Amino acid sequence: MSAATIATESVAFAPRRRRRVPPSAYLAVAACVAVMAIMAAPLVFSFFASIETVTETSSAPHCLPHSFSLQNYLKVAGYQAGLATYVGNSTLVALMTIVACIALAAPAGYGLARFSTYGKEIAFLILLAPMMIPYQALLTPLYLDFAKFGLVDSRIGLAIVHTILQLPFSVYLMRNAFEAIPREIEEAAMIDGCSASRRLAYIFLPLAVPGLVTVALFAFINSWNEFLAALVFMNREFSFTVPILLVSVRTGDHGAVDWGALQASIILSIIPCLVVYLALQRYYISGLLSGAVK
Amino acid sequence: MRAQRSRQLQGWLFIGPALLFVALFVLVPLAQLVATSLTDRSLLGGGRFIGVENYLRIWRDASFWRALAFTVQYTIVLTPILMGLGYALALLTFDNTPLKRLTRTIVFVPVIIGLSSSSLLWFWLLDEQVGLFNKLLVDLHVLKEPIVWFVSADLAFWAVVISITWKVVGFGMVLFVSGIQSINPDIVEAAIMDGASYWSRVRLIILPLTRRILLLTTLVSAIGSMLAFDQFYIMTSGAPRGQTFTAVYWIYQNSFVSFKLGYSSALSVVLTLVILVLAALQIALTVRSEAA
Repeated sequence: MSAATIATESVAFAPRRRRRVPPSAYLAVAACVAVMAIMAAPLVFSFFASIETVTETSSAPHCLPHSFSLQNYLKVAGYQAGLATYVGNSTLVALMTIVACIALAAPAGYGLARFSTYGKEIAFLILLAPMMIPYQALLTPLYLDFAKFGLVDSRIGLAIVHTILQLPFSVYLMRNAFEAIPREIEEAAMIDGCSASRRLAYIFLPLAVPGLVTVALFAFINSWNEFLAALVFMNREFSFTVPILLVSVRTGDHGAVDWGALQASIILSIIPCLVVYLALQRYYISGLLSGAVK
Repeated sequence: MRAQRSRQLQGWLFIGPALLFVALFVLVPLAQLVATSLTDRSLLGGGRFIGVENYLRIWRDASFWRALAFTVQYTIVLTPILMGLGYALALLTFDNTPLKRLTRTIVFVPVIIGLSSSSLLWFWLLDEQVGLFNKLLVDLHVLKEPIVWFVSADLAFWAVVISITWKVVGFGMVLFVSGIQSINPDIVEAAIMDGASYWSRVRLIILPLTRRILLLTTLVSAIGSMLAFDQFYIMTSGAPRGQTFTAVYWIYQNSFVSFKLGYSSALSVVLTLVILVLAALQIALTVRSEAA
């Protein structure tokens, strides 16, 4: 039908060509290699710079490392309150965000997918609200509220903000994951007298593991990388997360930029994301497709 | 009847906690935001009701309009670059050969790293003394000598655009690849049989059939750019002379640097309204494509 129409249309526009082994295939390979080189170069060179001696990193620009040393990493390890504190803060905030997202979004997704509640559409819209109301605009009132409850400079406070950010996506994803599970399975369990919460725990959650992994993965990466809320809420040295540490390293102790320490901390900040992404790439891409654009 | 009512209740019990969370941490703060925007609250206290005075002040605030115009300019310049390059990369890599899969994986890596990490990385690459990007341009004879990117608002603007293009071009690419892959191969096959050239296939088949995903990705990307903050905070600090403040940066500046809380709340309300329009469009489109 439409295939034929489109095909004849394109013939009308395009000059007819003889078919042969396309040299374009070689061109495509060359293009791919060039693209990979351009995209990888900044990270590779940053890594090279990070493993040089301090003096080499701050000398004239060069691609390959002139020396090998872990000075820069050692410097970052002992920076201010110590790298362990900052990595610990970031990790804890990310873990709390993951737990909160799953604890809130899994039941909500189940309720939305499996119960014909009055006003369900409105509930769904409210749950998607944080997508429409930018959290950047809510930071002022949140800061004032959090200050009253001791949630400023608190990992719990920052985890709450990160959960706000992640919740709409998580609910949306869990709802879709539960909707994809055949109703017959649930009906069989109902006949056996299995309660709703037991059905969620023993039937739905195990079948929705890919969805849960995706929710956790996005919560981790977005919390680990989030900058503005961490900048606003974490003001004391001991409460910094990794992105705030980066900016602090750049400013340095003496005003001049410490390029070596900066490269080392950039590389350190990237490694967890890179590992998680390479291990769970499939989940990440599928989440991106179902979440950002259906 | 009773069974149905208890099922109603159960449904709400499952949705309840998430609703409560959103109410407590999104809807209540939103109401507080609107309330504060009608007062002269500052760090010292205040909080006197002054009606729409803050909004009238926004109307007269040249700095705010400059920040908003700058943000819009940034969005209008960046979005077509990201969509165009992302689409070109998708056309290059959509078939699943190992080389092309690898290319996609590598192009996507910058998307998953932090904006603060990538901004600092480019801050280093663009530096006039130790930066490799300047060296590359000099070696290629594009430049006579390294340039200082962050002294002029125009150069700083392009520095950020370059870094963000590297950072997020993979986002569009991945979405476009999925769009192109979901096209029925018979259609493309038939066009090839009829001798349609590569470009006419792209123009007349692939582009029209991926129009919706292109539109949606454009919206998602534009919303992201309208809310830009990290990259400017880190790379330009709003300098020179506040010419590279974005809308969110200007709010941050008012709230957390000069503590004009009432005024910054009014600014936040205005920003929310702008984003609301774009997000509503995005959701309407998503729901429509879900129904289709």
